[in-house]
Amino acid sequence: MTSRTHKLPWASMARMAGRRALTAVPVLLAVTFGVFAIAAASPFDPVKAYAGTGGLTASEQTLDQLRANLGVDQPLITRWWDWLTGALGGDFGQSLVMRQPVGQVIGERLGWSVLLATTAFLLAIVLGTTLGVLAARRTGGWLDRAVTSLAYGLEAAPPFWLGLLAVWFFALKLGVLPAGGLTDTGSTVVSAGQVTSHLVLPACVLAVSQLPWFVLYVRQGVGDALEEDPVRGARARGLAERTVLLGHALRSGLLPVLTLIGSRVPELITGALLVETVFSWPGIAAATVEAATSVDFPLLAALTVLATAAVLLGNLVADLLYGLADPRVGFDG
Amino acid sequence: MAETAEKTQTAGNTEMAEPAGVAWRVRGMRRRSTRTWRIRTSAVITLAVVLAVLLVPPLVHLDEQAVDLAAKLQPPSLAHPFGTDDVGRDLLLRCVYGLRVSLLVGVVAAVVATVIGTAVGAAAAAAGGRVDRLVMRLVDLFSSVPHLLLGIFIVAMFRPGVWPVVVSVALTHWLSTARIVRAEVLSLRSRPYVDAAISGGASRMRVAVRHLLPGVLPQAGLAAVLMVPHAVWHESALSFLGLGLPTHQASLGTLVQSARGALLAGDWWPTLFPGLFIIVPTLAIAGLAGAWRERLNPRRRSELML
Repeated sequence: MTSRTHKLPWASMARMAGRRALTAVPVLLAVTFGVFAIAAASPFDPVKAYAGTGGLTASEQTLDQLRANLGVDQPLITRWWDWLTGALGGDFGQSLVMRQPVGQVIGERLGWSVLLATTAFLLAIVLGTTLGVLAARRTGGWLDRAVTSLAYGLEAAPPFWLGLLAVWFFALKLGVLPAGGLTDTGSTVVSAGQVTSHLVLPACVLAVSQLPWFVLYVRQGVGDALEEDPVRGARARGLAERTVLLGHALRSGLLPVLTLIGSRVPELITGALLVETVFSWPGIAAATVEAATSVDFPLLAALTVLATAAVLLGNLVADLLYGLADPRVGFDG
Repeated sequence: MAETAEKTQTAGNTEMAEPAGVAWRVRGMRRRSTRTWRIRTSAVITLAVVLAVLLVPPLVHLDEQAVDLAAKLQPPSLAHPFGTDDVGRDLLLRCVYGLRVSLLVGVVAAVVATVIGTAVGAAAAAAGGRVDRLVMRLVDLFSSVPHLLLGIFIVAMFRPGVWPVVVSVALTHWLSTARIVRAEVLSLRSRPYVDAAISGGASRMRVAVRHLLPGVLPQAGLAAVLMVPHAVWHESALSFLGLGLPTHQASLGTLVQSARGALLAGDWWPTLFPGLFIIVPTLAIAGLAGAWRERLNPRRRSELML
């Protein structure tokens, strides 16, 4: 790759990114509208949610004034448009459950989620590649069968269940790692050491929930590459098995897997929703669940749109990488 | 967009799933016995699950809600093979009832999703042209929202109850079926025997019912079977987050959710067993579906897709 870096097709890649950005606009618009339409069709009443238990005893007049203040007496289109124009100006409304602006909630929590997701993803790639190569080395061998069964078992296991068992084993039984949160209870400063020790369990569980896909794909890719001519040629030249496996088979087998990483964003978000909740990790996925539990519409809407944007970005990355890895595909999508 | 992402994915798949000639066939022969064994085990487990879920409630006269505080949080024993929960209810019985509820939700959601997906996919393929493109754009649009998140959103707006869960799981899972059915119809439509039927004067209806439908149904059925464990997974995730079924209703998700207190006190069994009740049937159903897929398309190596 290094010898070719100066020839990267920046122009066509930029054109593709630009086209995707243009198509992302109607998609995001449609998603925001869909979110408002679902909310409008639901029996949920934002006024009652805002007033809470006070709403039970409040007079009809107060409720009407609240309704006017919150703008929920407007038709669907007007409310959507108001939200949209506000959002474009950076104002996503007020979160009911966190009692602060939605933009601020996301800003405070996004970093923690990105930290958790990145750590878990890197861990999954390293572990998945290792296990996948070990399994592919002798297809049908005991190691292969053990790794494959483990992968299928883990794929079927819900991440929240794995997380809870991990809490029980590592935090309660062994007492080596904290059970949740970002820092120890009572500690007011967020230090790197504390965050690291609190990050280990959630990151490992999230990585394990992403692991089966990597293991199975790497195993398949490397296994197939081992049957191909370049590998046969390398073996015929008498190269060491290690060189053949890591230098030839892994290189050609791993490439298609790495290019697909971007398309794993939805699964990563799904995993994060569950893992952050189990470990009370102060990220946006846990905030999404909290927002859903207390029907905090402004926060939930903003987070849904944000997740959609992340998925679109992941797809773009996947397609760019795929075009780079396989020039026949190109950047026309 | 997601469409191209999927394209690259399928491109990657076919590239990888290409059988590697003779070597693969020999390996296949040697592995036949393990495969038969796997299919048999899957069949036995699936049968056991179905029988337990159907027969235990009418035949076994034990109340799963029976509270016995004297026997609360007992570890697994002969009297209570899975132990008891924090108010002394027998966990084996609750797991069976939970599996019953979860499977019911899963099956209904999978059927609804398959019907929607088949209808949309077939309609898109049959209409072709602009309608097809528009419908597939909509499918892409739907699939760019992570589906647990969309499910959470729908459930949050319409809860509580069983129906919001079913609707939310069904509405988020028809996309892949729609894509499969559309691709299948498109490929069937270009086959010579369909051309022959049309030039022989068969009506549109007859071509659709006699020639296209029988080709599509096995694929749609396979997608539906594979979707059941997926739907159970989603139901339990939603219930675990406290957004799904009401907590008094034993489902696999609510069982794990209500066991959190006991777990933090160090009692592992109320958490472990409901999870196993999710994993084991999932693997059994996936094993059977894999065998079925192999029969439908023997050239494709069976990959269990969950």
